[in-house]
Amino acid sequence: MTLTAVILLGAFHGINPAMGWLFAVARGLQERSRDLLLQSLPVIALGHLASVALVVLAVSATGSIVTATALSIGAGVVLVGFGLWHLLARRHFRWVGMRLSLPQLAAWSFLMSSVHGAGLMLLPVLTRIPASHHGHVLSGGMLVAGVHTLAMFLTATVVAVVVYEFLGVAVLRRAWFNLDRMWAFALVGAGVVTLVGAI
Amino acid sequence: MTLWKPDPTFYPSPRDAAEAPPEKLAYVAAFDRSAQRPDALAVLDTDPGSPSYGTVVGWTDLPYTGDELHHFGWNACSSALCPYAPHPHVERRYLIVPGLRSSRIYVYDTKDRVSPQLVKIVEAEELGKRAGYSRPHTVHCGPEGLYVSALGGYGDDGPGGIAILDHNSFDVLGRWEVDRGPQYLAYDFWWHINHDVMVTSEWGTPSMIEDGVVGELLLGRKYGHKLHFWDLRKRRHVQEVDLGDQHQMTLELRPAHDPTKTYGFAGVVVSVEDLSASVWLWHRDVRHGDGSRWAAQKVITIPAEPASPDDLPDVLKPFGAVPPLVTDIDLSVDDQRLYVSCWGTGELKQYDVSDPFKPVEIGSVRLGGIVRRDAHPAAPDERLAGGPQMVEVSRDGRRVYVTNSLYGAWDDQFYPDGVGAWMAKIDAEPFTLDERFFPHGDDFRGLRVHQTRLQGGDASSDSYCYP
Repeated sequence: MTLTAVILLGAFHGINPAMGWLFAVARGLQERSRDLLLQSLPVIALGHLASVALVVLAVSATGSIVTATALSIGAGVVLVGFGLWHLLARRHFRWVGMRLSLPQLAAWSFLMSSVHGAGLMLLPVLTRIPASHHGHVLSGGMLVAGVHTLAMFLTATVVAVVVYEFLGVAVLRRAWFNLDRMWAFALVGAGVVTLVGAI
Repeated sequence: MTLWKPDPTFYPSPRDAAEAPPEKLAYVAAFDRSAQRPDALAVLDTDPGSPSYGTVVGWTDLPYTGDELHHFGWNACSSALCPYAPHPHVERRYLIVPGLRSSRIYVYDTKDRVSPQLVKIVEAEELGKRAGYSRPHTVHCGPEGLYVSALGGYGDDGPGGIAILDHNSFDVLGRWEVDRGPQYLAYDFWWHINHDVMVTSEWGTPSMIEDGVVGELLLGRKYGHKLHFWDLRKRRHVQEVDLGDQHQMTLELRPAHDPTKTYGFAGVVVSVEDLSASVWLWHRDVRHGDGSRWAAQKVITIPAEPASPDDLPDVLKPFGAVPPLVTDIDLSVDDQRLYVSCWGTGELKQYDVSDPFKPVEIGSVRLGGIVRRDAHPAAPDERLAGGPQMVEVSRDGRRVYVTNSLYGAWDDQFYPDGVGAWMAKIDAEPFTLDERFFPHGDDFRGLRVHQTRLQGGDASSDSYCYP
């Protein structure tokens, strides 16, 4: 159940054009090179993984000094707050520049995922890993981050190749549902669930 | 509030944008030269099936007088789809309207209404204190929000440059340039968005233009004659390309819409050597260095037309000729047609620029002109003053709109008996005037007309990140 949720979240990030597959497609289209598209995707996934892993580290470190209940409550508050901020603030991620090296692309993906709060949704999962031993949380959490990112990477690759080879970017006009707003609602929801579970 | 689906007027590529539905409304900046009455946004019906086609159907007076509306732009456009910071669920609904003389920037809402409604005023002081500029001019929506060029400094004559505005709150965020290098004069700007390249052009500082063209400055070759290339990401000046100081006033910049291309067209108003006007092509210099440098070459020359001094305004009497005065150019979204306004001789030229290095003139329409005063077929007895000036092309490339005023003080010098006010529409294929579309004279309530913006976007409003 938990594993399914982790994979589905990864797929959700993979589908979101803002999380990177669209950037990979644009780089491919610009240079008329499918190779560039395929090179870009693992780098984008790497940035995503770094962002998610940072959350795991934070949870693991916090979990070693506070009780499980406090951790859950803290996670719930963070989720609700971040979700509300995403819903209400009209700011969006800003970045200028199309011509990035692969390391710069990884940095872009890290920033984009972090601003999006990509790793935060794993909080409900992470806070439920038995904290009997500190190392378990860290290794278990990293496994979760890895599975999540793999799901994200595979989904993004399929979407990117299909759009690049068959659909064309015009599909964005019809199919680009506002995933960011949906994501914000989901963050708030997950936060509430975590809080309710903790109390 | 953001939308659930992308704004339908955003298109990923210029190819997609060319399929856009025809515009039903056109917004036109109108200004009162005497500064006694407020300037206004006039709204024209451009739907040929509508009974009010070709007439003014909406009108919004500004709250103040003396703004001198000139150019304006949208709060958001197709660049919102760019992959590195996408925000496609914002709406294209606000017109960002600078007062070139007052330095105020107005924000007008166009959604679900014909006459735009004022929602915000950015005062000259905010633009000045936050960005250091005055006399705001060109507006483009881009990756960092709204970019607004400005001709003058705040409290100083110069340098002019570019200010950044937040595209939600419309607050002035600051000066765009981190390192402006040798750039001092400003006017127009645009970019090669997928190459992280900004291009800017030069007119003059406020003191050089606000009281009319200054003969000594012109003959002394002091007006702008350079193009500047910048790193759009790092906001740094990279290179200047001097077209030669005889080529005075490098105004409108029209880069290729295809984001894989790195060329564009720049119009030059007048050569002080022979009063000709010219259009230049900038492009990557592949013959020298590593191909990262820029070069420009003249691809169109339009000669002056001889005239009797008796028929000429004072400013031109010594020359015995009418300069074409190329004051605006516009490139179709498919990058195949370039339109060139000759405001002095009263002509709009159509070029095939499928080979941008070798434009071929394929059409011409005559209207007004300093000497010719050609009439519109809808009013064949009326000698027209002014000439085709601001030109705008529909996204599908089928319709071209022109208005006839250049800039208050300059209108008065070249058309001293009055420039009037008219707008015309030309069908692109074949290149002929639409006799049903000729709002003029009292239709504009005594105001002069300048830039046109078409509902949903036009050939000079949007940038695209996908080829």
